Amino acid sequence: MTYFDAASTEPLHPQAREALIAALDVGWADPARLYGPARRARMLLEQARTEVAEVLGARPDEVAFTASGTQAVHLGVLGTLHGRRRAGRRLVTSAVEHSSVLHAAGIHERDGGSVETVGVGRTGAVDPAAFREAVLAGGTALACLQSANHEVGTLQPVAEAAAACAEAGVPLLVDAAQTAGRTPLPKGWSVLTASAHKWGGPAGVGVLVIRKGTRWRSPLPEDERERRRVPGFENVPAIVASAAALRALAAESARESARLSALVDRIRAEVPRLVPDVEVIGDPVARAPHIVTFSCLYVEGDVLLTELDKAGVAVSSGSSCTASTLRPSHVLEAMGVLTHGNVRVSLPQGTSAGDVDHLLTVLPDIVRRIREDAGIRS
Amino acid sequence: MTSTRATAEEATQPPALTIDALGKKCPIPIIMLAEQINRVPRNAIISVLADDPAAFTDIPAWCRLKSHHHVASHELPQGGWAIHVRRNY
Repeated sequence: MTYFDAASTEPLHPQAREALIAALDVGWADPARLYGPARRARMLLEQARTEVAEVLGARPDEVAFTASGTQAVHLGVLGTLHGRRRAGRRLVTSAVEHSSVLHAAGIHERDGGSVETVGVGRTGAVDPAAFREAVLAGGTALACLQSANHEVGTLQPVAEAAAACAEAGVPLLVDAAQTAGRTPLPKGWSVLTASAHKWGGPAGVGVLVIRKGTRWRSPLPEDERERRRVPGFENVPAIVASAAALRALAAESARESARLSALVDRIRAEVPRLVPDVEVIGDPVARAPHIVTFSCLYVEGDVLLTELDKAGVAVSSGSSCTASTLRPSHVLEAMGVLTHGNVRVSLPQGTSAGDVDHLLTVLPDIVRRIREDAGIRS
Repeated sequence: MTSTRATAEEATQPPALTIDALGKKCPIPIIMLAEQINRVPRNAIISVLADDPAAFTDIPAWCRLKSHHHVASHELPQGGWAIHVRRNY
């Protein structure tokens, strides 16, 4: 099986597996207690916090571990809005944020707040001037912008957004789920969220970083864990494994990201050459190193995925014509690109040129067959 | 969701052909459009009736990829749109 869905989840890093097994034996006790095994669990937890903080460019006491990246976003968005209630009730986001941001924004709206959504261009990036204008409007409590888009890989102008937020005195939440550990993070954020299983850690660990001096108040019932930021008993072994994965990925990233990016360039160049009527979407240069997305005219996304799976290639799709939502992807819609026949290829660490060859070998014939079945002559 | 890009002349030009793709899921409305666009003369307008939300984005995207012209999308009273496309070549 050629696994090309790293943007959904990166396979567990070998160093994370090793750390997880070791920590299950020594890190199981309650880190909030005072006896020996508890102190050991606490030490492991704080060591992991320090390591994660170092890679993300934060102070350890700014880092809280959550149960998922989604929970980190929910707490980051709603907690900052709650903490800044007096400053205003206006939330600014891009139109292509992850659903966790948009759903948190929906709660905020139902609660009487307002949401300003900044549109994107054809590549999926927000216009920095439009974002700045939205942030500078009075009563803005929080702005949210992803580091890179999860469906098409396009990098967002986070540095410009951060400058606008600094000018307006508004905190910026950056959802770094797709780039944490892979590419250096832009500076200037006030709140940062990420998800460990996307960098090769186990599932069940997210990261919420709140810069010192950022007003934040938990939207949830009071709990003592994680400096009162995240409720519930910490999953110490998984957190230890996540820190090990992040360190390993960050150490390899300079070399590995360049290598994966060259493979993505190859897919971007070869797919339109090998398959007629294909649109490769997203920014060709300002993009996450491991993500490429294209849409095939006249083809149903789910059918394409099923056929690729039969040929031993695992990919994902933003097309949801037959999915339960019955809505096309909000990202593709906002970009104004084809929403059907969509394939997202996201390369995990260690992807070989041979793996990419496999995709490029099977894809043209699969697309041709699906089109023939639909009565299309190409 | 009515786009207003049409020029006055285009807006008054009646469609030479109407394709009823109501109830059809993408990519079928686009397949129907691609099959039938050559049945109208150059510069004539085809109206695609569609109610799959994907068609609202995908037909203009198809026009861009195929160098035809998306004239406008008009909301239909019963839901969906009449999406007007001008054959360019």
